[in-house]
Amino acid sequence: MAATAAAAATSSAAKPRDRTRWARFRRDKVLLLMMLPGVLYFGVFQYAAQLGNIIAFKDYVPFVGIKDSAWVGFQQFSTLFADPDFWHAVRNTFELALIQLVFFFPVPLALAMFLFSLSRNWVRKLVVSFVYLPHFISWVVVVGLFVQVLGPSGMVNSFLTHDSHHVVVNVFRDPSWFKPMMLIELIWKDCGWGTIIFLAALYQVDDSLYEAASLDGAGWARRTWHVTLPSIRPVIVLLLILRVGDILSVGFDQVMQQRDTFTPAAAEVIDTYVYNHGVGSGQFSVAAVAGLLKGLVAMVLVIGANKVAHKLGEQGVYQ
Amino acid sequence: MSVESSNLRPAWMGRPRPAVSALKAATVVVILALIAVPFWLVFATSVSSDAKVNANGGWSLWPDELDFSAYTNVFKGGTIGHALWVSVLVTVLGTALSLASTTFLAYALSRPNVLAGKPILLAVLFTFLFPAGMIPSFLVVTDLHLFDHLAALFVPVMINVFNLVIMRGFFQGIPEELYEAARLDGAGDLRTLFRIVLPLSKAIIAVVGLYYAVGYWNDYFRAMLYTNGGSLNPLSTVLRGFVIAGNNPNAEAGVDITGIAPMKAISALVVIAIVPIAAAFPFLQRYFTKGVMTGAVKS
Repeated sequence: MAATAAAAATSSAAKPRDRTRWARFRRDKVLLLMMLPGVLYFGVFQYAAQLGNIIAFKDYVPFVGIKDSAWVGFQQFSTLFADPDFWHAVRNTFELALIQLVFFFPVPLALAMFLFSLSRNWVRKLVVSFVYLPHFISWVVVVGLFVQVLGPSGMVNSFLTHDSHHVVVNVFRDPSWFKPMMLIELIWKDCGWGTIIFLAALYQVDDSLYEAASLDGAGWARRTWHVTLPSIRPVIVLLLILRVGDILSVGFDQVMQQRDTFTPAAAEVIDTYVYNHGVGSGQFSVAAVAGLLKGLVAMVLVIGANKVAHKLGEQGVYQ
Repeated sequence: MSVESSNLRPAWMGRPRPAVSALKAATVVVILALIAVPFWLVFATSVSSDAKVNANGGWSLWPDELDFSAYTNVFKGGTIGHALWVSVLVTVLGTALSLASTTFLAYALSRPNVLAGKPILLAVLFTFLFPAGMIPSFLVVTDLHLFDHLAALFVPVMINVFNLVIMRGFFQGIPEELYEAARLDGAGDLRTLFRIVLPLSKAIIAVVGLYYAVGYWNDYFRAMLYTNGGSLNPLSTVLRGFVIAGNNPNAEAGVDITGIAPMKAISALVVIAIVPIAAAFPFLQRYFTKGVMTGAVKS
């Protein structure tokens, strides 16, 4: 950016508009210098990186390089679409996304409402400080903790069988347990952290609304339905849209920890497909197609969700 | 907004029935137990005797003795010590670089009317909507010859858009009069940042710093994607090999943890991975709500 401004500055004598730009450049030169590292970062690791997506239309061979690899049009797209593993990963991703949206999203809201209802200050503070912690623990460790508690030789199994050699059900190897375990782990790790914004929103609800509802004879359930939820609706919508944008990622980090134990057949998602086919086995072009399509669909989902929010009279994420 | 407010039950809310109070108390206990027990379990396992851990099949809920030999044993052979060193290095260098570049960019973009500020902000926000994917990022890292360098573990993820947005929001919340006063005193942009803005922004710097530090400390994927492993493996990558694959640490090349129960060694490693986060946590606790809310309101 500094470079374009400097280029504009060389012809500054000619036009008055450019002179003001030159003046602005001189005024802002320290700020522009401050921006430089960040602008370089986004320029190189985001925008220049995006150019790499052209290998989706090439037969990319690492040894030959991006520029000299042959153009193949949409051939990589057909290769990808012909791969049943890809469609399997797509279906898995959407199923997980739906499970997370329906069964995970409301949990932090419910927990926040529970925490908000605790009338003793010290109890609430204690619980709040506890529930944030798991969010900061890595997925590697979280899955490790789960294995030690629920695994075949873990604590729960021993209590159930009184014998570490007899296993009721190995919830980390049985493919049908993959999705439930993903959900349980996610709730354990992130539902506490998810309360933070809901909790802040609950504190902002006007107390006189509760008072008025109470005087009208509204009990706990009716106050929740007619006061609490409508009051924090904008926040719920905002978080829902942000969630939709992230939804196709379905916790890549989390899946990577357990894909192999649950078998790829059960646990492959789009991101792990991209990793394993691209970096793993060198089919960079096919993997790039999958990644590109995922990115585009995710973007369309956010824009769509935001549009729907506007239609419903909500503010959404952006105007 | 603050979590500290309202200790007293408001007048309109009747006294809860004893059954409801008991149910709430029970729920609180269950929530606390669900979080605390797994942490306690790994700690107890790491300091119990080998005999007890092995007899249980790999865990212990109550240490029969305090045996810290697992913590000295895991460092035998040097692999864990080296991985820990890589983790510390990446966390320190990465957090410093990320915090500095994010602060500078957020501050510059928070000033009204700065040259090219609008298009740059839009360009940055667009990457939130459509980030570079895994393969394009990988290609750019290899093209820059960063592959298998320590820098590959933090430079490619230097600035997080979310962190940038909450920092910019916070800076915008500082009263314009303070900037005005600094300008009248003849302070330039750099001086204003360091003398006025940063001292007022300790909360947001603490929160964003924690987000970055935790991200770097916990990251294993960058090492998997951008290096050949080996001497650039951070602790989390080594840990992943043991915990996830359920490997016997002894079998892992270069790691010599002979003489203790495998699950004790793994538990000790898990504790080592958790301790820095748990230690920093109490100090940063009070900033969380503030940090997250500025981002949510201003974005």
